[in-house]
Amino acid sequence: MTQAKLKIAILGSGNIGTDLLIKAMRSPHLECCAFIGRNLSSSGMVKALSMGVTVSAEGIDYIVKNPECCDLVFDATSAKSHLVHAPIFKKLGIRAIDLTPAKIGLMSVPSVNLADSLAESNINMITCGGQASIPVAYAIGQTQTDVDYIEVVSSIASRSAGPATRQNLDEYIKTTEDGLKEFSGAKRTKAILNLNPAEPCVNMQTTIFAKVKNPDIAKLAEKLEGLVKKICQYVPGYEIILGPIVENDRIVVMVRVRGLGDYLPAYAGNLDIINCAAIAMAEEYAKATGNKSLEGKTDA
Amino acid sequence: MRERKIVISDPSLRDGNHAVQHALREDQIAAYCKAADAAGVSIVEVGHGNGLGASSLQLGEAATPDHIALATARANLIKSKLGIHVIPGFATIERDLKPALELGVDVVRVASHCTEADICERHISYSRSMGSEVWGCLMMSHMISPALLLEQARKMESYGAEGVVFMDSSGHYIPDDVRQRVETLVDGLSIAVGFHGHNNLGLAIANSMAAADAGATLLDGCARGFGAGAGNTQLEVLVAVLERIGYSTGIDLYKMLDAADLAEKILMKEVPTISSVSVVSGMAGVFSGFMKPVTRIAKEFNIDPRDVFFELGRRKIIAGQEDIILEVAKELAQQAGRR
Repeated sequence: MTQAKLKIAILGSGNIGTDLLIKAMRSPHLECCAFIGRNLSSSGMVKALSMGVTVSAEGIDYIVKNPECCDLVFDATSAKSHLVHAPIFKKLGIRAIDLTPAKIGLMSVPSVNLADSLAESNINMITCGGQASIPVAYAIGQTQTDVDYIEVVSSIASRSAGPATRQNLDEYIKTTEDGLKEFSGAKRTKAILNLNPAEPCVNMQTTIFAKVKNPDIAKLAEKLEGLVKKICQYVPGYEIILGPIVENDRIVVMVRVRGLGDYLPAYAGNLDIINCAAIAMAEEYAKATGNKSLEGKTDA
Repeated sequence: MRERKIVISDPSLRDGNHAVQHALREDQIAAYCKAADAAGVSIVEVGHGNGLGASSLQLGEAATPDHIALATARANLIKSKLGIHVIPGFATIERDLKPALELGVDVVRVASHCTEADICERHISYSRSMGSEVWGCLMMSHMISPALLLEQARKMESYGAEGVVFMDSSGHYIPDDVRQRVETLVDGLSIAVGFHGHNNLGLAIANSMAAADAGATLLDGCARGFGAGAGNTQLEVLVAVLERIGYSTGIDLYKMLDAADLAEKILMKEVPTISSVSVVSGMAGVFSGFMKPVTRIAKEFNIDPRDVFFELGRRKIIAGQEDIILEVAKELAQQAGRR
């Protein structure tokens, strides 16, 4: 017997929003009822029209006028806009998955805190670098003692960074650092982002460095193995390509993320990982709502 | 004929940090600032090798935190302006730039990889709004054509930069490369143009001369060349050469030579030379700051550092991607194991 699909809307028609649309259309648990941007001729809008989705260029006003259009909204606008949108969603009783670094709701990483996230009406997907690195930082926090410092360096292809990403590097850094601290318990954290213009485009990579008292690499490796399996369920292209090792008194783990190649090509693993995480969360909501229960059935 | 003025910006206390794994201390900063100030250097740049907020496991941790380095420099510079290098993606406005400006920084140089000028918009406009002198820097500029370089420099101009410095971060240029780029930039911009050289191929002075001849009005140089890899343009030599040709720098040559002697004595473990590996680094077009980590990691993995540089160059790795050295080293070691 098939369950009723969860009605969702996507606010923001840039790279993130458009890629989410393709993923949502494929989901057996989600029904995309509105794709909302500001400009009907943008390439995201053109894509949505070609897929037969209801589109609007009215921005948040569309949701205010049509509050019944969805039960859940993905906000892929900007941190500044989400601060305005969040109270509106709340008032209308619409769940929100926030893909901006606004960080109003609970920071959510499906492989780590799925159950907690399901209880919230607004969750924040942190950042692409955060989705790639936090599971590793969490594993370090769980397996090592005295985690003094965690640092995360992400390299992404220039072509995968749209204008919003470029304007919001500071917010990216702050939000990623906060997420790392929250999930690892490290005393200090630092996030760095490099944009590499090489052609052919580079795959998204993230390196996690940590300073801990007495590194236990075997224990960390074991914990990571389990986590990577979990992550691969929603991001199949997630792979540890180096480590964990100790080099120059630092724990080093390097992760590569190949995307599904939906809206942007596979090198844009940065786009893919945050969107796959958001879709995974929405699908869990859909299943939980369908089962009329938020308890049980979570594996965090 | 020649009587143009060249502004000298001296990043010995910033780029030089690459050569000593970011270990410069307060007393060294204080002493060199005094000497450079006495010599009449226009701008003295201070900080971690990769600039403000860049102290990290990725690039090396700074022995002296930014705020202490800047406060020390500020206290020891009277005539010279205090400059900083700021790379968005490493330094944020709230955490790094705002406190630096509060400490009395005069000149902010906002830098990005040569194709990514648009990540500098907020840092440039913020610094301008706070009343700083602001330059844009395009790093690793050999990786794109003069026309593309101009396109990026124009973006920086539109954000409010008062000048653009293009950097030969790998020491890859020959004088013709520099001349073409300066001409293109001078023609296409209404703001000043500057050049920052490295000496991997022994051409830093010749490249800087070419830049001046083609219309650049700001040149970077470091005492004894104290900087990443094979070192920067050697400042005291540059000042002498410019004086001989007839440019004015406002610098007292004797005092500059004294400052360079002091720098050799108190700042560096060894005077920069063009090592064999530096030549390869320049040929391969890899960021000069990679010298120390590549040397260390190649040794750990028992591979040839020259192979590492050529592979990094082939992959078009940019400044800031030091973590990739480990990945490349691991792959090269595995390949060597299979042979």
